[in-house]
Amino acid sequence: MTREMTHDGPDADHRLDGMAQGVLGRGEPRPEGALKVTGRAVYTGDQQAPGMVHGALVRATITRGRVTTLNSATVLEMPGVLAVIDDPRLVRFSGQGATTKPPKADAAGVVYHGQPIALVVAETLEQARHAALRLTVDYAEEPGAVTGPEDPAAEVELPQKKQSETGAPDAALEAADTVIDRIYRTASMSSAPMEPHASLAEWQGGKLVLHSTLQMLASAQGQVAAALGIEPEDIRILAPHVGGGFGSKLGISPETVAAAIAAQQMRRPVSVVCTRPQSMETTSRRSETLQRIQMGADDEGRLTMIGHEALVSNLPGQKFSEPVQQATHFTYEAAHRRVVHRVARVHRLVAASVRAPGEAVGATAFECAMDELADKLGLCPVALRLRNIPKVEPGTGRPFSSHKLAEALTEGARRFGWEHRHASPRARREGEWWIGMGMSSLVRVNTVMEAKARVSLSLDGTALVETDMTDIGTGSYAILSQIAAEMLGLPMGSVETVLGDTDLPASSGSGGSFGAASTGSAVYLACLELRSRLAEAMGCPEPELTLKDGHAIHDNRKVPLSTLMGGAAMQAEGHLIPGEAEDKARQATWGAAFAEVGVNAITGEIRVRRMLGTFAIGRVLNAQTARSQALGGMIWGIGMALTEELVHDARDGHIVNRDLAEYHVPVNADVPALEVHFLEERDDWAPMQAKGIGELGICGAGAAIVNAVHNACGVRVRSLPMTVDKVLAGLVEAEADQG
Amino acid sequence: MRAFDYIRAGSCKDALAEAETPGTAFIAGGTNLLDLMKHEVMTPARLVDISRLDLRGITLTDAGLRVGALVSNSDLAADPLVRRHWPLLSRALLAGASGQLRNKATTGGNLLQRTRCYYFYDTAMPCNKREPGSGCAAIGGFNRIHAILGASEACIATHPSDMAVALRALSAEVELLAPGGGRRQVPLAAFYRLPGDTPHVETVLEPGEMIAAVLLPPAEGGRQIYRKVRDRASYAFALVSVAACLRMEQGRIAAAALAFGGLAHMPWRSADVEGTLIGEVPSAALFDRAADLLLAEAKGQGDNDFKIPLARRTLAAVLAEATAEDTEGDRA
Repeated sequence: MTREMTHDGPDADHRLDGMAQGVLGRGEPRPEGALKVTGRAVYTGDQQAPGMVHGALVRATITRGRVTTLNSATVLEMPGVLAVIDDPRLVRFSGQGATTKPPKADAAGVVYHGQPIALVVAETLEQARHAALRLTVDYAEEPGAVTGPEDPAAEVELPQKKQSETGAPDAALEAADTVIDRIYRTASMSSAPMEPHASLAEWQGGKLVLHSTLQMLASAQGQVAAALGIEPEDIRILAPHVGGGFGSKLGISPETVAAAIAAQQMRRPVSVVCTRPQSMETTSRRSETLQRIQMGADDEGRLTMIGHEALVSNLPGQKFSEPVQQATHFTYEAAHRRVVHRVARVHRLVAASVRAPGEAVGATAFECAMDELADKLGLCPVALRLRNIPKVEPGTGRPFSSHKLAEALTEGARRFGWEHRHASPRARREGEWWIGMGMSSLVRVNTVMEAKARVSLSLDGTALVETDMTDIGTGSYAILSQIAAEMLGLPMGSVETVLGDTDLPASSGSGGSFGAASTGSAVYLACLELRSRLAEAMGCPEPELTLKDGHAIHDNRKVPLSTLMGGAAMQAEGHLIPGEAEDKARQATWGAAFAEVGVNAITGEIRVRRMLGTFAIGRVLNAQTARSQALGGMIWGIGMALTEELVHDARDGHIVNRDLAEYHVPVNADVPALEVHFLEERDDWAPMQAKGIGELGICGAGAAIVNAVHNACGVRVRSLPMTVDKVLAGLVEAEADQG
Repeated sequence: MRAFDYIRAGSCKDALAEAETPGTAFIAGGTNLLDLMKHEVMTPARLVDISRLDLRGITLTDAGLRVGALVSNSDLAADPLVRRHWPLLSRALLAGASGQLRNKATTGGNLLQRTRCYYFYDTAMPCNKREPGSGCAAIGGFNRIHAILGASEACIATHPSDMAVALRALSAEVELLAPGGGRRQVPLAAFYRLPGDTPHVETVLEPGEMIAAVLLPPAEGGRQIYRKVRDRASYAFALVSVAACLRMEQGRIAAAALAFGGLAHMPWRSADVEGTLIGEVPSAALFDRAADLLLAEAKGQGDNDFKIPLARRTLAAVLAEATAEDTEGDRA
């Protein structure tokens, strides 16, 4: 029996608040945590199968053209080498998320330097990789490769749906008392998950069993089916543990398809584990952005005009373009607005979703511009933001589902000690270090996805939650168990959650901050159904039924659950269907980030000294995993602001820094004391009143650091990351100005 | 990875005998070599594992400190004698890599680590160091981490070690064992080579020669500083680093030894720079003159131009710190 809910509007019942078990919201540890920290959690790359052989991807060393010959004969003579596979179904890069459309096939057609073009299969991993490196390839190169979005030769498209204009922005800008008109750049970035992309494929009687590093299994199943030309039901994907994805595992990747084809051809299980460089250069990346931000404000600091133009890039023919201005439309009030969105067609690794596509870069740049405006107006940056919070969504007039930005700002400022900030730069010095503070609003659109889950209640008083949801390190196992435990009145230890298998009900998957709320709602609905049946057996209306510690309680009667089950296990499915709610109200998560940094006056090195974030995400499902997500987002903000840049060689577009030694994510020493505060709320427009937290932290946090650097030393860097060279140039210039 | 033979050496003599076969490389900690082999940047046919040899001692002698080639970076950094008399070395070691790597990495191996040039690591790119005669992709490419001193048209790579920079300032020597049983001592200054047109030949090590020890002359006294500027707070190679041993007498600089990392194919040291400082009263103008001398021949490649002002400023700051007691009020 399935309990369906189409999410069409608000729900003020807040049923979860009426439950008695008291486990939801608590910082429950991950049930699989011990497996992970002791190395016993089996990830895709650890999977073994009898008779398994290994594949290694071969990399194109031209930017644009076609493979004419793979000189396979030589490598086929090498010890252990079994095959060189150049099937036309091999794909060129990773797929996008939440679609069953596979990535572009025909890997022999090269559109970026580093593209996988073939797979070498050998008895051992070492043999396969050795042969893949030694395989010589002949190409017919095509001229006209464009390696960067600002190359004048780049074809630039303006997708009609992504342009918008309200009022008379040019006139408003001209009439404004104070104007900001600046260009900001953010770098191409890598998801850089700790676990490299990997797949193990095995055919069992015409059916494909695939272990793969994926965030969303149901849509990936569709992608694999379409890529191979088989039916989705003939594919089973398993991904019980995924070591981070950050967008790069939303869709299938080249090694997924290659492993499946190779396993079919070899009639043996084939494992393909990407090397670290391959994991960075054959999957997907976040587009670099060039953003022109214009603002007009009156004397009081009220925005009259907002202009946000963006130039992003992607391969020719790719629909995805980094949605830079996603939150620009509704974060601040202004009567006159313009959004221009340009996509340059380049021959670089495909651009796709990386943690918080859109706001991660868009809100960050916009919040830097807000700081410049506050500076120009002589206004406190917090006050400027408070002054421009809209009552309803600008342009559409839709209500906000909940709006906690003002509280996030004021509460954050209070807790951080913002009142100690000096309004002018270069006011606080400790030895060689300029010290400053900066802040930023945090904003991220919130959405739910269709999701199904099954919950079974056994006579022994245990429950089983089953769904194809993934746990990419976020805490899905803990959270889904908590929801079921809360709804069914069971201790955490009595609930088991099984994930990561397409044979189970199709969930939302993990991505876009929608996983816990969407799939959690499906679990919630399944449990509601079970509760109804238990209530019927108890002879009371479901809302009056109390379930706690394995007992049903109503009206002075307390019985073990099993006595209500008629001697048989019970099972129900929950099915959440996104409905009109998303159109009726603007739903977003809100927060604020505050940072204190030191800037070395000699070298330009930046050290974040402390950081604080306030987060309003509706109901907090698990205080511990939610906090970890908030911390992770803020740390990504540090990376975006200070260190992370996927460098493309200007001559051929290839990724120069393809490993974690040279692609600099923040290390522990870069991450100071971080504080996270949740502004607990209930968003009626969200099922379970819970919204996403996986991305909000990164949606502006970097700007708090950029702004703090300016407050410290007076240097504005408008091209991220703010590496030493850029800060140093500013310091030298400032010194020259001061004579 | 190319298949290779693995031989575990039981003695130095065995190791040296094994190394006479062409295509043999020694392996100790393997923290750099294994990565290079996995990516086939280096493809030795044979590995002679010397990690079990008895080269782990740290001994104080009349001639100074003798550090066995197999002393781990962690042990060397933590050694009480080193911390007391050569703190510069300890600080430089701790400024490099990560705790896990330092536990495995050895003194001899650290000296021989290869450049972190992106193009050296990418076998699809031309690189004269990896494949002599193939060209240099870093020139005209992305060269933010590359050399500004002593580079050539064949190679603009830098040496990545922090430890070696400290050793250079400390006037260390390297003790080498030859396959025939010979033993020689080479000053670190003469151990490394500039790239010239043979960037693949990085040291004066003869085929089969092995580093047995590093020898430090007695500490000079005075102040020792290691300052490393890098892209993140830890686990990043130096953009610029300065190792300084400086002694003041009666308000004047009596002795100065300065070595620089991140600037060249080898730890850089300039007698002119030190000469201009010795005997002088420290001042911002003096530090500037020292920087002028250091950087007179400096040449940026575009992305690394910033290293020139960065080196100048870092040197001045280090000198100011090293001479601070006598120059309060006169700091840059």
